[in-house]
Amino acid sequence: MREVLKANQSVNQQATLKRAKSKRVFSNNFFAALTVSPSILVLLVAVYVFIGWSVLISFTGSQYFPVYEFVGFEQYVKLWASERWMVSVNNLFTFSIFFVVVTMALGLLMAILLDQKIRAEGAIRMIFLYPMAVSLIVTGVAWKWILNPDTGLDRLFNSIGLNIHVDWLVNPEMSIYAVIVAAIWQTAGFVMAIFLAGLRSVDNEIIKAARMEGAGYTRIYLEIILPVLRPAFFTVIIILVYQAIRSFDLVIALTNGGPGYSSDLPTTFMYKMTFSRGELAQGEASAVMILLTVIAIIVPYLYSEMRNERRNSK
Amino acid sequence: MSAVIQNKQMKSRSSKKFEKKVGRFALYFVLAIFVLFFLMPLVVMLIASLKDLDEVRNTSIFAWSLNPTLQPWKDAWDSACVGIDCVGLKGFYHTTLIMVIPAVLISTLIGAFNGYALTKFNFKGSKLVYSIILFGSFVPYQAVVIPIAKSIGWLGLADSLYGLVLVHVVYGIPFTTMFFRNYFISVPQELIKAAQVDGAGFNRIFFEIVLPLSVPMIVVTIIFQFTGIWNDFLFGVSFTSGSNTPIMVALNNMVSTSTGEKPYNTNMAAAILAALPTLVVYFLAGKYFVRGLMAGAVKG
Repeated sequence: MREVLKANQSVNQQATLKRAKSKRVFSNNFFAALTVSPSILVLLVAVYVFIGWSVLISFTGSQYFPVYEFVGFEQYVKLWASERWMVSVNNLFTFSIFFVVVTMALGLLMAILLDQKIRAEGAIRMIFLYPMAVSLIVTGVAWKWILNPDTGLDRLFNSIGLNIHVDWLVNPEMSIYAVIVAAIWQTAGFVMAIFLAGLRSVDNEIIKAARMEGAGYTRIYLEIILPVLRPAFFTVIIILVYQAIRSFDLVIALTNGGPGYSSDLPTTFMYKMTFSRGELAQGEASAVMILLTVIAIIVPYLYSEMRNERRNSK
Repeated sequence: MSAVIQNKQMKSRSSKKFEKKVGRFALYFVLAIFVLFFLMPLVVMLIASLKDLDEVRNTSIFAWSLNPTLQPWKDAWDSACVGIDCVGLKGFYHTTLIMVIPAVLISTLIGAFNGYALTKFNFKGSKLVYSIILFGSFVPYQAVVIPIAKSIGWLGLADSLYGLVLVHVVYGIPFTTMFFRNYFISVPQELIKAAQVDGAGFNRIFFEIVLPLSVPMIVVTIIFQFTGIWNDFLFGVSFTSGSNTPIMVALNNMVSTSTGEKPYNTNMAAAILAALPTLVVYFLAGKYFVRGLMAGAVKG
């Protein structure tokens, strides 16, 4: 009898414990949801509603202020017929290709060189990466000084009798390359850091084994190390393309889109249309084009990242 | 006979050694060129900032000043022209700091709470919530800049530092949440469970267990946010004007002020001054800085 009572009691106890626990789990989950809800609400407005709003304005004839009289696709037709926009789109292509390829090649080379048990590696790495801490405005100002034909490299080369002209800032054909050089200087160290992290994750035993079998440096790099770096390549390309599309500050500080509009990018086109030329709807139409480009690149990337994460967590 | 063979072996060994030496030399040589390329802009700016205008005009950008002067630094600090006001960077330093500190602290705190809530409690829809937040860190700001301007106008915060703080906090949330979420995933769930069995609630677990464990991530996030907001240009130039502009906008205005001969020496001193806080952070906490970069870029 006593035993039964005891057992009963313990069952009862367990049940209350369970109830209390599930209540606590419920309330904790409730608090968790409550914690993120303000952020979600704010971001739903600040990201999604605002994007919708911009899209809306791009279908109007707004000039200095938003006016909600809709004109259909007129702004987009006008945008793609505009020579200035086409120049900025062309510049984005040139910029992206050179920026991505050269930055990646330099970053990889720097990482491989640094991975050879170098003395003072820490200090050299610091030097390669410090531009990343510097604002793009400062980078622009610095390179504006270096590339200035009256005072900078151009004059230096002239004064020592070299016939090399670095007149990129004043030559509309070359102005976008000035931006490219400064952008590469800013970012190469960061790409190096990503690749170096990848190189350091290569298993040394495999390399030793390959060395024993008589494989040379080149073969080890091509056949063992580069394949390990594949995810790093993927990440670097996405980051660099994304950064190219968003580039804005550097152009403003270095060339301000000039001479004329020869070094404009879509972002600076948007800014000028919106803030200095009173073509709000044109600006928003170009902003929507920028957004679509970013989505086309980022969404597949995020999707694959999330899928990897799910696979890893299983 | 055997002596000949030995001799041969020695020869080939020493020639290999020589080859290796040449290789090492080439390696350091190439690295030195890279080092020069990356240091050059800073060195050139530094040199220019120590010359008077006459020297700037007449000497090469690499030539060391014969009579170095700190006057350009003084001018950049308190009397160089920013647009029409010749007040130097001093005041802008001050206002930018006042704007950056609350923006960094608030966005970091919100990110920590969000990351904790998203990883340690499996509430319904938490995956969807995270996707909604994550996308926010990729939005090109051009696509939201006009609606932001209109909205802070309605809130009565147009052209004010409060408006800028608000904007930086809101658009910082996706990054800070992502950082903390990815960090908290590695905090063992057993720890949370044990605390729950002991009767600790949502807040107590956060403040007494999770937060003390996440000090390194807090440092990383603060550094990332500080650098990003201090270096911001687009928000600053779009939503503020006059004496309320943050430092990068002021610097750009100073450099593009076009009356008379350009004071390159003062401009270079101003650029270094504007870059100094983030450079100091980088040199003092490089490890955390790089981790922040990686977290901001690699993970999403």
